[in-house]
Amino acid sequence: MRAIYILCVRQLKRYIRSPARIIGSLGQPILFLVALGFGMRAMFARAGGGNYINFLSPGIISMAILFNAVFSGIEIIWDRQFGFLKETLVAPVSRLEIVFGRMLGGAIVAFAQGLVVFVICLIAGFRFVSSPYLPLAIFFMFMIALLFAGMGTVFGSVLQDMQGFPLIINFLIMPLFFFSGAIFTTTGLPRALRILLRLNPLSYGVDGLRGALINQFAFGLTTDLAVVTILTALLLGIGSYFFSKIQL
Amino acid sequence: MGEMIVVQDLVKNYGEFCAVNHISFSVPEGKIFGFLGPNGAGKTTTIKMLTTVLDPTSGSIQVNGHDPTHEQKQVRRSFGIVFQDPSLDDELTAYENMDLHGILYGVPRAERHKRIDALVDLVGLGERKKDFVKMYSGGMKRRLEVARALLHKPRILFLDEPTIGLDPQTRNHIWGYIQQLSKEEGVTVFFTTHYMDEADRVANDVAVIDHGKIVAEGSPTELKERTKCANLEDAFIALTGHAIREEEANAADRMRMMGRAWRGGGRR
Repeated sequence: MRAIYILCVRQLKRYIRSPARIIGSLGQPILFLVALGFGMRAMFARAGGGNYINFLSPGIISMAILFNAVFSGIEIIWDRQFGFLKETLVAPVSRLEIVFGRMLGGAIVAFAQGLVVFVICLIAGFRFVSSPYLPLAIFFMFMIALLFAGMGTVFGSVLQDMQGFPLIINFLIMPLFFFSGAIFTTTGLPRALRILLRLNPLSYGVDGLRGALINQFAFGLTTDLAVVTILTALLLGIGSYFFSKIQL
Repeated sequence: MGEMIVVQDLVKNYGEFCAVNHISFSVPEGKIFGFLGPNGAGKTTTIKMLTTVLDPTSGSIQVNGHDPTHEQKQVRRSFGIVFQDPSLDDELTAYENMDLHGILYGVPRAERHKRIDALVDLVGLGERKKDFVKMYSGGMKRRLEVARALLHKPRILFLDEPTIGLDPQTRNHIWGYIQQLSKEEGVTVFFTTHYMDEADRVANDVAVIDHGKIVAEGSPTELKERTKCANLEDAFIALTGHAIREEEANAADRMRMMGRAWRGGGRR
């Protein structure tokens, strides 16, 4: 337990001490929020979709969490290259504790970034509605963070250097975001895209968060809860497995 | 006194390449043992296997009476290590790096704080313990790593080229302390170095490894007598030849280059 705690604390310290990183990683969500949110607002309303900022904001919050969580896992590569990983791997604690500490710390950081983006969305005009599901918003945000911290840990454990990094961003993380229903509704989509959306774990996180915030579910609360919970447990397991196989 | 490290018939293959080729040696408790060899001879690979982070292809290892592949926790508790490359978290302070280590090794809080203060003073970093490690010079980082490796009172200290890139003052300081530690507390020291004068001065015994095989073993004096050389450096060259070794840059080196470029120079 002590290892989980201290590695978690380490990541939080690194996060808080790096304002450049906090602000830097806000750039992308703000860009999407402003460009899409205001650019498409009129079109979305005319098509009968309602308030686009309200629809988009949960997606943008999810995006911020997704990126930060995956990065936190990929930080393993940096720690490997700059040496700190070794210090933890020769310590008399199980790999499971180490990886859980890392994933938890990364998830908390991603969640915190999600909260910051939440506030930015509010400033941009996002209004959530009061519903019995509202408290679940926090739950979905944290689950998205954990799920993708687990996924990032897989990459961080398997990759030896940063060469594969753009590949992961462009061919996995970006598609995960774009085909998650974060920026468009599921109605009227081509069949192939609908299937893709259904297979994307982030879709359920986005839908859960959107449902909790503006009471508008595409898959239904039960489905979202079940899928997100199961996938998070699964990814944490897979992440731990790959981390435990690291040899120096 | 018993044997602290016993290695028998140890082999490590990377695909076709044989990094460590059937080596055997042992290090008695409380001795200072120098593991010498040219670049790419298999020194670091051996240390990795001794310290539980790399599984051997075959052969047996006992560290403090435990097998690093199967009794990792017992082995890990027994040793402290200073790696060849830096292994500190640059974005934490020196004190936080020490504290994190102490917590990972389960050193109780009161004792931890007392020992950290004593150790940072010992390596001359007492005044700078609240500074971020990224503000440290290479020598200061090294000293901090030595202090950190000793925090949990290990029975064995592994030092993989601990004095690389350090000035003579710092080298002397570090070795002085390590010798004292070995004498007074019976800590076993296993180190690698390229500085033969250093090995000659501090090691009780040395082993010379080349192309994954141990080519000579004994006290520095014995090796000098055997090769009829005046100093250990000449003895070393007599044993391993004049050919300059090539070592491929590994991922870590390439990455470090990248990091340096990104941050605008100046790690280490």
